[in-house]
Amino acid sequence: MAEKEKLIEVKDLQITFGSGRKKFVAVDHVNFDIYKGETFSLVGESGSGKTTIGRAIIRVNPTSAGEIYFKGQKINGKISKELDQEVIRKCQMIFQDPQASLNERAKVDYIISEGLYNFHLYKDEADRECKVQEALHEVGLLPEFASRFPHEFSGGQRQRIGIARALVMEPEFIVADEPISALDVSIRAQVLNLLNKLKASRGLTYLFIAHDLSVVRLISDRIAVIYKGRIVELAEAEELFLNPLHPYTQALLSAVPIPDPELEKKKKLLVYDPSVHDYSVDGPIWYEIKPGHFVYGNKKELKGYEAIVK
Amino acid sequence: MAEKTPILSAKDVEIQFSLRGNKLKAIRKCSLDLYEGETLAIVGESGSGKSVFTKSFLGMLDANGKITGGSITYEGIDISKYTTEKQWRDIRGRKIAMVMQDPMTSLNPLKKVGKQIQESIELHRGVKGAEAKKMAIEMLDKVGIPDPERRYNQYPHEFSGGMRQRVVIAIAVACQPQILICDEPTTALDVTIQAQILDLIRNLKNELNMTVVYITHDLGVVANVADRIAVMYAGQIVEYGNADEIFYDAWHPYTWALLSALPQLGVKGQDLPSIEGTPPNLFQETKGDAFAPRNKQALAIDFVKEPPFFEVTPTHKAKTWYLDPRCPAFERPENIRNYKEKIRQRG
Repeated sequence: MAEKEKLIEVKDLQITFGSGRKKFVAVDHVNFDIYKGETFSLVGESGSGKTTIGRAIIRVNPTSAGEIYFKGQKINGKISKELDQEVIRKCQMIFQDPQASLNERAKVDYIISEGLYNFHLYKDEADRECKVQEALHEVGLLPEFASRFPHEFSGGQRQRIGIARALVMEPEFIVADEPISALDVSIRAQVLNLLNKLKASRGLTYLFIAHDLSVVRLISDRIAVIYKGRIVELAEAEELFLNPLHPYTQALLSAVPIPDPELEKKKKLLVYDPSVHDYSVDGPIWYEIKPGHFVYGNKKELKGYEAIVK
Repeated sequence: MAEKTPILSAKDVEIQFSLRGNKLKAIRKCSLDLYEGETLAIVGESGSGKSVFTKSFLGMLDANGKITGGSITYEGIDISKYTTEKQWRDIRGRKIAMVMQDPMTSLNPLKKVGKQIQESIELHRGVKGAEAKKMAIEMLDKVGIPDPERRYNQYPHEFSGGMRQRVVIAIAVACQPQILICDEPTTALDVTIQAQILDLIRNLKNELNMTVVYITHDLGVVANVADRIAVMYAGQIVEYGNADEIFYDAWHPYTWALLSALPQLGVKGQDLPSIEGTPPNLFQETKGDAFAPRNKQALAIDFVKEPPFFEVTPTHKAKTWYLDPRCPAFERPENIRNYKEKIRQRG
């Protein structure tokens, strides 16, 4: 894997909210790399810190320890103004709820060009309009939509506007925070196809945040499973589905509904119980159990996992 | 099922909304029988009218909506003719109860959750005070909320999403309704919690002997819980049958489209089949099969004449011309014909 270019590197990341007695560690000891051109997914239940990590990468949430690198440059903590501007431009985010993430009182034209205004990324008015039209076209919306307000659109169309807004900045890296959980099944497919198309045509890299594993399996190259702010397992998509090692990953996989009545009735639901781990004597480590497949556990557990892998 | 009599029977129901002088036909001659003790799922995309249709069983349509035709027979009475709130109150909550999609908005944020359950018990079961409180605590326990005595005195914001949905379910089943309608009960929740809530509803159903109606757009959820499935499109039920029949032997092109869009059938690197176009505008009269404009394999007659229901098996009917003996030869999409194998391939 050494030959692949690393776009994002996250090292020992810790994010805390509050201070003193109210301090809460939302994310702790998180390590992963995202290679250029891949779709990297973070899955976990709500409150596990997956969005927090995504937001830390685009510099919305401050980090309390560890480092984040974008193309080899450190981008968390105090950085120069120029680098800050570059990160804001090159790393964009697509949000979960298309109802809430668009300014209700602005026209689509303004929503999409807000980033352009902020960075003066256009020569003149005609150039800006041209860029907006291009972005609209790319996400499959009609040019005349630019003069409308967000409430005039359906959920799927709004999500496309959100994508167009990210695209117009010509980013290299996109954090897609549950972009499809608020959408219907049929529209979900359209948005997923669009994201895949853009990945190919623009050479984008995605950090895809989701809790729906069936979708994640389809679109991602690698998947990290996160539980209570810690990544417990990381592997290539198919590998994770075929050989889930950590009990939490197994529980998560068992909860995915299968659209097949016979299989579904036979399926056994696993519930993750964190007390199965005894970390009092033997502390857990982050260990590469086979090339590309990492898991979090102590020596005894890792031995068990190794036996399964072989 | 011929000898079974339905507990609720909707026949040719039509519902209209008037919006700024225009008439929107949300439900167009929709019929549905509900049998005792079954779990029925109504599936369709947003705007297909699945919520509106079931809300009409409880008289919960918005003020500008009206049942303009057909009948809904429940316990021998045509409840679609009810006009006053007083009449509805006998049914709503007491006999037919509903669980809404969003647990954030269906609870009163200013009231203790225990009180909200107690309220429903006092209103419908004729007990008051301490006894009702005891029953409310029992209900909390029954829906799997640990430490119910303490939780009784907490407010909704102190509960997580999944726990809040449990409270909403507790309120709905507190008065032991005969029919429980769950409108997308798990859409706002994540997968692990979703599985738990579905389990809870199933257990309560068996324990309290309820009939459950699920409304959802997620076929994965449906496979888990439903005995029967009705697929709804543009204000009409287009296909219904036992769960196995809908999944393994679907006939309506809209059901095909819903099944094909499932990510489980997708192949990595290839586009997922999606349903192009948008649902029809219900302000206008729909001619022929409402799904025809979005159906790539549509027949000429689909655009002209509305298909009737054709029988596949005695329990499985679909509203499509494909089942007419005069229909020219055609093949169902590969993913539908070999649905079982395709799903299982991915293991």
